[in-house]
Amino acid sequence: MASTIVTFELGGREVEVLVRPMTTLQSVLRNQLGQTATKDGCRQGGCGSCTVLVDGEPMASCLLPIEDVAGRRVTTLESLTPAEGLHPVQQAFVDEYAFQCGYCTPGMVMLSKALLDHDPAPNDEAIGQALAGNLCRCTGYRPIVDAIRHASGAMSGHDTEPVR
Amino acid sequence: MTAPLEVVGRSVERSDAVGHVTGRTRFAADRAFPGMLHLKMVRSPLHHARVRGIDLSEAERVPGFVRALTAADVPHNRYTILSLIGVEPEEEFVLAEDRVRFKGEAIVAIVAETEEAAMEAVAKVRLDLDELPAVFDVEEALKPGAPIVTHWGNNTFMYEGHPCRRVRLGDVEAAFARADHIVEGVYNSSPIEHAPLETTGCIAVPEGGRFTVYTNTQALYFSLDNTSIILQVPGNRLHFIGGTVGGGFGGKVDVIVEPIATLAAMKTGRPVRFVYSRSEEMQVSSTRSAWRIYLKDGVTADGRIIARKVTSYADSGAYSRQTPYALTKHAANAAGPYAIPNVSIDAYCVYTNRQPTSAMRGFGVTMASFALEVQMDRIAETVGLDPWSIRFLNAYRNGDMKPHRKLADDATLIETMQAAAALVGHELTAEQQAMTSAPRAGGDPGGR
Repeated sequence: MASTIVTFELGGREVEVLVRPMTTLQSVLRNQLGQTATKDGCRQGGCGSCTVLVDGEPMASCLLPIEDVAGRRVTTLESLTPAEGLHPVQQAFVDEYAFQCGYCTPGMVMLSKALLDHDPAPNDEAIGQALAGNLCRCTGYRPIVDAIRHASGAMSGHDTEPVR
Repeated sequence: MTAPLEVVGRSVERSDAVGHVTGRTRFAADRAFPGMLHLKMVRSPLHHARVRGIDLSEAERVPGFVRALTAADVPHNRYTILSLIGVEPEEEFVLAEDRVRFKGEAIVAIVAETEEAAMEAVAKVRLDLDELPAVFDVEEALKPGAPIVTHWGNNTFMYEGHPCRRVRLGDVEAAFARADHIVEGVYNSSPIEHAPLETTGCIAVPEGGRFTVYTNTQALYFSLDNTSIILQVPGNRLHFIGGTVGGGFGGKVDVIVEPIATLAAMKTGRPVRFVYSRSEEMQVSSTRSAWRIYLKDGVTADGRIIARKVTSYADSGAYSRQTPYALTKHAANAAGPYAIPNVSIDAYCVYTNRQPTSAMRGFGVTMASFALEVQMDRIAETVGLDPWSIRFLNAYRNGDMKPHRKLADDATLIETMQAAAALVGHELTAEQQAMTSAPRAGGDPGGR
């Protein structure tokens, strides 16, 4: 089958890619656009390390055919990171030591950003629900949950101290 | 005047923290190079088979196919990772020669312009295999007539001519004869996969007669040195860059991807990427061994263990990798942190047709602790003591001789249990509270 041109918005900028059918968003980001913050843990939708936001919703980019994001707004960790300093969610992950090897971190940060956009003060159940699709093999989930609570406080303008 | 402590006792930001939260940390497979090729492996679909032939004709016609590598292309194809610390014999193959010994064993490496082309060519390699009987259980593998996995005629790693690592202290049989209770148990565990989130992989890049290898190995110099041996090139032509590991847990110490990726880079003159798929990580990479551990303890009516006999089998799978070392560690720890005057340990590293096994967090000791501590609870039940008391009663102290003839000089079991009791709110007896790991007034209870 012939390659096609797909256009979508990436970090506020329109991008155009020439792709073979059924190429995934993950593959386009990593291999064509060099945006390797989006990780590649399983290509089976099982680990969440490739989580990006599509129109603000967290999605496993390894399962998403690029045709499906045509005309939509994609946010990766590269586009979340400010030119200077860190996004409050990123800062909270640093402050709470919410990673060990760091491989799940990009997906976790994107997921946390989406959660807090929808629910600025999530309770533990909501955080647990949100994290259910993303695996961390090293740290355990406690410091990640702490980071989300910490970021929630920071983004609402109070309680900016680390949770612990 | 001493300088104030700047780091000890404080939380310090990790040096890699900003890299991790921004995604700027470069993991091995995040790199790309102009002209980079992709390596995928043709693997055995059978647990045990003779390799009669390999037909590459269809694979070679796949658009994007660059070349195939077989055993004949590997300068020193038979190796043993631990040869660097004197372990013999060389027994594992970079690429299979006349026989495959586990399902998933590498037979042909395919190098292609794209990952998709490599996968398609892999699917089009025709293997002519004669299936052989296979064995999957450690004790079945030691029975007469069992299929032989190794090239030396039996299914155990040989420790200085013995089929097991042995430890002997005192006389267990005499002590069993005078014990009030004999407590026996058999403990089994399954293989466990490390499941790092980042799969094993590397990229080998030719650079003017040298090769730079970006890898996520946990053992950079083990990988470099083994690659040097396998490819028969001096180490100064290899430049290994690592240190960023997306989860290892012992699963990335086996030197599997670097030698073949570097060889492919050598043969093609182009950068070559070899990164495991998730299914390779699960089904081909080493796991923790499956274990079977038999324990027999002689115990007095008041709960003192006077004899312990341990017979352990670790399933090494088809090749031994780091498992012989695991059994040595196991033998040094298999009596547990207890003062037992009569001990006999036989620890076998057994070959089967399962996926090879290797290092994983505390390997050799983790399953010993599982077996021993369940056994300790059963001894407590048998003599009518609570689980705390049986351990305080038998805990070793500094100055006690351990079964492998090392004097205990860092015993902390008693203090650890005292701290644990405080944490969980368990009330210890006054005697238990007063105990320490300090050397006993009367010396070693074994009278050694």
